Amino acid sequence: MTLLFETLAWLNDSARWAGSNGITQRLLEHLAVTAGVVLVGAAIALPVGITVGHTHRGRTVVAALAGAARAIPTLGLLTILGLALGIGLQAPVLALIVLAVPSLLAGAYAGVENVSPATVDAARASGMSELQIIVLVELPLAAPIILGGVRAATLQVVATATLAAYVADVGLGRYLYAGLKTRDYPQMLAGAVLLMILALLLELLLSAVQRAGRRVASPSGSQLPHHA
Amino acid sequence: MIWLVTGWPQAVQLALTHLALSLPAIILSVLIALPLGVLANRRPQFGGALLSSAGLLYAIPALPLLIIVPALLGIPLRSPVTMVVVLTVYGFALLVRSVADAFGAVDQTVRRAAVAIGHSPRAVFWQVELPLAVPVILSGVRVVVVSTIGLVTIGALVGISSLGTLFTDGFQRGIVEEVLTGMVLTVVLAMLLDTVVVIAGRILTPWTRASRPGREKADRHLTASAEVHR
Repeated sequence: MTLLFETLAWLNDSARWAGSNGITQRLLEHLAVTAGVVLVGAAIALPVGITVGHTHRGRTVVAALAGAARAIPTLGLLTILGLALGIGLQAPVLALIVLAVPSLLAGAYAGVENVSPATVDAARASGMSELQIIVLVELPLAAPIILGGVRAATLQVVATATLAAYVADVGLGRYLYAGLKTRDYPQMLAGAVLLMILALLLELLLSAVQRAGRRVASPSGSQLPHHA
Repeated sequence: MIWLVTGWPQAVQLALTHLALSLPAIILSVLIALPLGVLANRRPQFGGALLSSAGLLYAIPALPLLIIVPALLGIPLRSPVTMVVVLTVYGFALLVRSVADAFGAVDQTVRRAAVAIGHSPRAVFWQVELPLAVPVILSGVRVVVVSTIGLVTIGALVGISSLGTLFTDGFQRGIVEEVLTGMVLTVVLAMLLDTVVVIAGRILTPWTRASRPGREKADRHLTASAEVHR
């Protein structure tokens, strides 16, 4: 109980929220790193995944690569990149991109691949170009699954960005390491609670976005894609 | 190769510790997720609430949870119990959806046929539904196995020994080789356990070897449901 009160007291101190090293600043850093990594990851993974899903070619290779990338322990990748690139943002950002790509890729190719071949053939028969088929037919229908990939990737990145503070002084993870080092349990717990709330809010937000995507895919509400 | 000569016994020891943390968590998540997943499939209202909360549980980052769990349960921060609890939470959150999906995907005509030829409700479950659900459940277990083995390494940051210790120790001492050894051993361990699950699956479902479509369905389910949806 005392621990709970100490943690609340730690969080309730307005001096801790303000300033260039305050909680607000760290929260913004955390969100900026997350957004940047997901955007770069999406710029790499979505075109590849959509191409694979559209052409039905290279699925095995991409799935194997994504699976292998998924098996790599992120903390290991982070520390090895940290040793190679030195203290700073490069190592965690690179490690986080490697983490984000498999989910984004899987969502993109699974989503586009799942679009009924009859629908695609109908679009082709009505004279659409391949690019029009992708943009006007496949992407809207694949939206829920692609967004599912974005959601999974974002949550993984926001969670793992916590580890970034291990090799770079950035984000909310800092409170955990500072607390661990000085055995300051209230600070550690406060940081942990902040991170948990942030992740849960993002999860709720992104699941709402995914539901909106589902409405794009089937405005009438019928034929809900099975996997979404 | 200098570190490997002196560090190898330590690495093997840490790999064993790693397994000792992962195996109980994997087994516990299966034991908890099975009955709750079945229940979620039978009572859609309860199921919806359970699967949403499982999704939220899975969204909680690992390192914060490693710090929150000891505070909630009143156990020491560095206790292996903390790690097993955290891993079980994630394993359960992943698996309960696979179990519910697996039972949801059982063909209703097959179920009705079993009832029609006189199977009791219990026999329908044990002899018809459960065996048919096994491939999809196993694809979920495979995801849990690989993610659990990876997650254990995070414990090194709060001082719970595992192969992750090679990452933190290697980083602090600047030994790339040590970190690499930890990464390779973690991946090898995940692949080994995954193979064990695949072999167990072959033994449990001898009929899938005859019909390939069933296996492909389970594999597709793995990518589309477990990976994207988590």
